[in-house]
Amino acid sequence: MLGLFQKVRDGLAKTHDKLISEIKRIVTRAPRLDAESLDDLEAALIGSDIGVETTMRIVEEVRRASAETREVDVVSIARRIISEALASQPAALRTAQQAPTVIVLLGVNGTGKTTSTAKLAHLLKQDGRSVLLAACDTFRAAAIEQLKIWGERTGCDVITGQYNSDSAAIAFDALDAAISRKCDYLLIDTAGRLHTKKNLMDEMAKLQRVLRKRLPDAPHETLLVLDASTGMNGLNQAREFHQAIGVSGLIVTKLDGTAKGGIVVAINRELKIPVKFIGVGEQMDDLQPFDAKAFADALFS
Amino acid sequence: MFQNLSDKLQSVFKNLRGFGKLTEKNIADALREVRMALLEADVNYKVAKDFIESVKAKALGQTVLDSVTPGQQVVKIIFDELVTLMGAQQAALDLGRSPSVILLCGLHGCGKTTTAGKLARLLTKQGHHPLLAACDVYRPAAVTQLQTLGKQLGIPVHAVPGETDVLKIARGAMEVAAAQGRNVIIFDTAGRLQIDEPLVQELVRLKEVVEPREILLVADAATGQQAVDIAARFNAALGLTGIILTKLDGDTRGGAALSMRAVSGKPIKLVGVGEKLEDLEPFHPDRMASRILGMGDVVSLVEKAQETFDGAQAEKMQEKLRKADINLEDFLNQMQQFKKMGPLENVLGMLPGMSNIRDLSVEQKQLKRMEAIIQSMTPAERRRPEVIDGHRRQRIARGSGTTVADVNQLLKQFWAMKNLMKQMPRLGRKMAKMGGFKLPAR
Repeated sequence: MLGLFQKVRDGLAKTHDKLISEIKRIVTRAPRLDAESLDDLEAALIGSDIGVETTMRIVEEVRRASAETREVDVVSIARRIISEALASQPAALRTAQQAPTVIVLLGVNGTGKTTSTAKLAHLLKQDGRSVLLAACDTFRAAAIEQLKIWGERTGCDVITGQYNSDSAAIAFDALDAAISRKCDYLLIDTAGRLHTKKNLMDEMAKLQRVLRKRLPDAPHETLLVLDASTGMNGLNQAREFHQAIGVSGLIVTKLDGTAKGGIVVAINRELKIPVKFIGVGEQMDDLQPFDAKAFADALFS
Repeated sequence: MFQNLSDKLQSVFKNLRGFGKLTEKNIADALREVRMALLEADVNYKVAKDFIESVKAKALGQTVLDSVTPGQQVVKIIFDELVTLMGAQQAALDLGRSPSVILLCGLHGCGKTTTAGKLARLLTKQGHHPLLAACDVYRPAAVTQLQTLGKQLGIPVHAVPGETDVLKIARGAMEVAAAQGRNVIIFDTAGRLQIDEPLVQELVRLKEVVEPREILLVADAATGQQAVDIAARFNAALGLTGIILTKLDGDTRGGAALSMRAVSGKPIKLVGVGEKLEDLEPFHPDRMASRILGMGDVVSLVEKAQETFDGAQAEKMQEKLRKADINLEDFLNQMQQFKKMGPLENVLGMLPGMSNIRDLSVEQKQLKRMEAIIQSMTPAERRRPEVIDGHRRQRIARGSGTTVADVNQLLKQFWAMKNLMKQMPRLGRKMAKMGGFKLPAR
């Protein structure tokens, strides 16, 4: 457990180190904040992927403040605006009134959906819940085998189908199984799809419809898995998935790299979708519930 | 967020017309817009800054200031600079001696395994005999994934299930290639963070063992500001020879491409443009520049049209159009050809200023309905639409699940089009040529 916290701190420390020290460097060099240092500030904020819009707001506010007083606390302005953007909804997982709670994981290719499914299953298992997995990525080669291996490692049964078969049908069968086996959770891993592909988005909507036929309030969570190293396109991804299917939360993966996941700020600002979990490593237990305050504080402590 | 930089700049400069000449300040203002566009496109901020400096120097030259259309001039400079920065020329794979070794590396989930399969297919098509080597020993089922791809393509895969020593697998692959006479070996490796020293060292050792001719960094086109760090570190550790950009079929502007090229100096050699195994293409710097600036991609559209439209059929169509001798069958034919180019959004999205286009499902549905109506007609009716009377209209509407009004509308459109052709035979000829239109001058 201790190692886990260390990992989160280390991961975020990289973000924090760079951004905070960059801002401090700019401010100490030019306490009066001339045009050039404002440009540098802008660059530092952009560099953390928080998005041009949020950056502009911070820079504008710093500019206004510096016109009024000589002493401008750049860090506190930045921290306030970022936490405002992040402080939206509770990050806890929504559960069904009556089991099973159905969770669908979706996202573009290669963000870590299958791995996140496994990690989430592990997290829930640790909590003493029974979990069933559904391998609905019937497109990518060996995706089913990948989830099966994770199923063995986490001790969860995996409902599978044939490659190139209808993923909605597998989801339906899995839901049936989850209900009859009285599982607490059903986690549905789906194929990666680019948000620009209308037909693939329709397929997702169908999966949702089919689940609702069996269980009207399913899925209880539709989580978009987002790679922390994604830039501004992450906002497009979130927007499109949200419009087409309705996203209830984000899982931000690969935060153990140097990636800052700043795109989360932009997404929260525009779409108000809360981050529910963050992935901070390659091991099974490297999935953490997201704490918005801690995240913002870590960025600007 | 604006989509079309070109339009934006035009409007910035238009306001200045009354003043006669452009000043340094005007240009600086415009370049600020450009800088924002670059940042929105995920171009690294430092790269963007340097870039703007160099454009500024060029833009302040007399030719721009005296030009009648300074806005266009500045856009052209920006465009040209972007192209230059991205390598100007298409960079081909360098295979050299046989067996030639290609090493793929990159972060998790950037598409290495899929790319390995696509690359093997491409090389086979070019007459090579590739062998795929599965060196991702960490991710569950990664080996199986490559084996499946190999089976689909009919290309041998060297894999040692259960073996965790990458170097052992690599040596085995070299032996297998020699024994089976495969002249290119493609090594698929595990995803790793650029800062994960032990795993990066594993790649360095692998490199020493297999002596690759090409070391390609596979990178997701949607990568953000991180792109620079990723490219710089992999390059420092391994000495990259090029970059493969994946998932370019999304709506990312791909500023990562520019950033990676700028910091590593290594060319982007190939791009992944779809989920199918044939979706790997050479990289075109000019098209990428258009994309980063949100200027659309007319060249790709034209190419796509040429690819889709059957040349002989187009000839025949042209002749028919010239004589204004088209019937509903031709109408249907054209519609179906157009549909082959892909979803309406994708096709129109390639046009300048339309990259923001989203929901065209209404238009798409309308096309579908028109198709249904024509398909509910008898061949005779299609060839001679004038025979379609009230009775027939009712039958057609029933058959296609539409209303008589819908059928009427379609027929009206058809007659209007035919009339137009009679009046303007030259216009008709142009329309039939589809693929032949010229690019607007840059």
